[in-house]
Amino acid sequence: MAEVPVEHGLILAAILFALGLTGVLVRRNLLFILLSLEVMINAAGVAFITAGSRWAQPDGQILFLFILAVAAAEVSIGLALVLLFHRSRKSLSVDDAIGMRG
Amino acid sequence: MLSLLWLVPAIPLAGFAALALLGNFRLPRAVTPIVGAGSVGLSALLTVLIGAQYLASPPAGSAYTQTVWNWMAAGGLTLAVAFRLDALSLTMIFVVTFVGFLIHLYSAEHMARDEGYNRFFAYMNLFVAAMLVLVLADNLLLLYLGWEGVGLCSYLLIGFWYREEANGRAARKAFLVTRVGDAALAVGMFLIFVQLGTWNIQDLMPRAAAQWTAGSAVALLAAALLLAGALGKSAQLPLQVWLPDAMAGPTPVSALIHAATMVTAGVYLIARMHVLFSLAPAVMLAAAVIGAATLLLAGLSALVQRDIKRVLAYSTMSQVGYMFLALGAGAWSAAIFHFWTHAFFKALLFLGAGVVIQSLDEEHDIFRMGGLRKTQPLTFWTFLIGACSLSALPLLTAGFYSKDKILWDVWSSPAGGPVLWAAGLAGAFLTSLYIFRVVFRVFFGAPFAKTQESSPPNQPGIRVRIPLLVLAVFSIGAGFVELPEALGNMPAFSDFLSTTLPALTVMAAAPGSEVFLEIDAAAAVLFGMLLAYVFFLRRPGLSDRMARTPAGNAIHRFWSAGWGFDWLYETVIVHPYVRLAARNKNDVFDRLVDRLVTRPYTWLARISRGDFFDRIFSWIADLNAGISRALGALQSGYVRWYAAGIAAGAIILIAMAVLQ
Repeated sequence: MAEVPVEHGLILAAILFALGLTGVLVRRNLLFILLSLEVMINAAGVAFITAGSRWAQPDGQILFLFILAVAAAEVSIGLALVLLFHRSRKSLSVDDAIGMRG
Repeated sequence: MLSLLWLVPAIPLAGFAALALLGNFRLPRAVTPIVGAGSVGLSALLTVLIGAQYLASPPAGSAYTQTVWNWMAAGGLTLAVAFRLDALSLTMIFVVTFVGFLIHLYSAEHMARDEGYNRFFAYMNLFVAAMLVLVLADNLLLLYLGWEGVGLCSYLLIGFWYREEANGRAARKAFLVTRVGDAALAVGMFLIFVQLGTWNIQDLMPRAAAQWTAGSAVALLAAALLLAGALGKSAQLPLQVWLPDAMAGPTPVSALIHAATMVTAGVYLIARMHVLFSLAPAVMLAAAVIGAATLLLAGLSALVQRDIKRVLAYSTMSQVGYMFLALGAGAWSAAIFHFWTHAFFKALLFLGAGVVIQSLDEEHDIFRMGGLRKTQPLTFWTFLIGACSLSALPLLTAGFYSKDKILWDVWSSPAGGPVLWAAGLAGAFLTSLYIFRVVFRVFFGAPFAKTQESSPPNQPGIRVRIPLLVLAVFSIGAGFVELPEALGNMPAFSDFLSTTLPALTVMAAAPGSEVFLEIDAAAAVLFGMLLAYVFFLRRPGLSDRMARTPAGNAIHRFWSAGWGFDWLYETVIVHPYVRLAARNKNDVFDRLVDRLVTRPYTWLARISRGDFFDRIFSWIADLNAGISRALGALQSGYVRWYAAGIAAGAIILIAMAVLQ
């Protein structure tokens, strides 16, 4: 199997990260912000895998497993928060949660 | 060991500082009594050790002076904070710390449920510290510091429950009345300093003896001014009005004021300055007469009081009257001996009264008590011992030996005589009559209805029982340090004091007359007890019927009001003064002050508003307000803005790392 160049993997990770960040910044819907956060986390995961394969070490894949576990936990808590948020405000827009402004 | 003398007043002072600075909130409630009573206890322990060394190997001249630091130096005058330990001050500090410690221990339980627990111990510690400074002071100015400190603490403690207006008024009264005496004392001190050129008490006395002839005007004036100061502090005629009202404070405070501190300060002052008083025979006679008059007046007033604490207050006045009688007769050591025994039995009586009052829900009226002998055996027995000692029950009690010595010395002193002796004897009769009236009313007879209703009073705890028992032991035993000639002849106490206080020069008296006088005194005491038994236990109707006759009623009211002194001062001094002040409101002086001070000042304040300095400060205020607004705007509440901020920050940091 042909080796994927490191640059390709990293560029992919960067693009994914930038897409995710853009999503977090421009989206107002909480659900989409959560999705964008997942994209950003997976971008970090891609970067780890790429680095692991570049140096032929298992560490990258181990770390990706950790990231998966953290992402799963984060999603479950995040969705619970979204649910509560929707229940109390009847909306999913983050711009409704500005009660703590200075 | 003697060099640790400065710690004796320093430890209670440190206790006060700790309690006052740490306050109610930072100090757990359980620690407060440990600090409060512990500091005085430590001080008492130190006093015992110092005393033991003083007795075992007396320092040169039987006195030890310790200079702690230089207080002030101005021109040719240098004043040191110096403490002097001699037989007199050792006796005083032992009583102050030892009795003071027992009272603190008692307060740890007695005051346990009071919200001002911490404040109470802070004041009490300061009180003890001030009294120790007073008695240890080596110069008059330091003595005056302690003197005023004692006055301040009495004000704070009498008005301890300040939420009730009457207590505040009693505190102000005590402060103002003693202030009259204090002002006289201050003038007397300045007179002595101007005339003799020294503040030091030990340098001053030989100089006074050398410069002033006995009976000269300046000696009379100085002694009279000091006597006026002593009269105020010791609640003697005519400045005695504050003491009965001082009962507004908590009971341990009364015990401390009456037994160990405050009222005995005047006795100490005269004993300390005895050389000066010896130069003024007329003033000594005045002291003796005032003492005799006070002891009779107060004894008669005590006879008709209903409040148990007021009986004890008048009793203190009367017993301090004995001390003044002895001082006036030149029997210095007899006065200090009576102070010594009085401290124990009076503290005991007050603490016992405190237990009784607390067990009956703050009931002070002895006519609403009764039969407590059965429910409170310990309080009964200790109170009985205190009462016997106060009334000088012959042979057994400490009070007998000290009171008997005063009577004998007054009889045989050239400055005394049969008239003063007879007053003292009548006082002894009155004493046993009024105190056994209290004993029979409170502890014997049928329980008052109210006491029956309430469940049996909970017995006092160990911290109350120990002080009662120890003081009871001392109320009996403290008298055996000095036995009169007819009964063993062992004048250990006056021998001990003889290094400081000269012995009395006795007139040649017929041999055996001392025994005769003692039998007289004993008969007076026993007759008083018998009369009390008949009037207040056996036939209680008899005294009531006497009080109901018009003459009896008038006398009853007159004595009960303390011989009308309060009324006299109200009409002669307080009311005219208040009226004068009210009438002179807005008079020419008020208007002058308004024109010259108040108005120019407000005008100045108005025109200088908005000047250069004002602008600097308002600019600083504006700057801060602007920064606050700008920073507040950053907290927009929009999560996306925060995320953008984080992203921008991360990009900048990465860029810096990459481009470096």
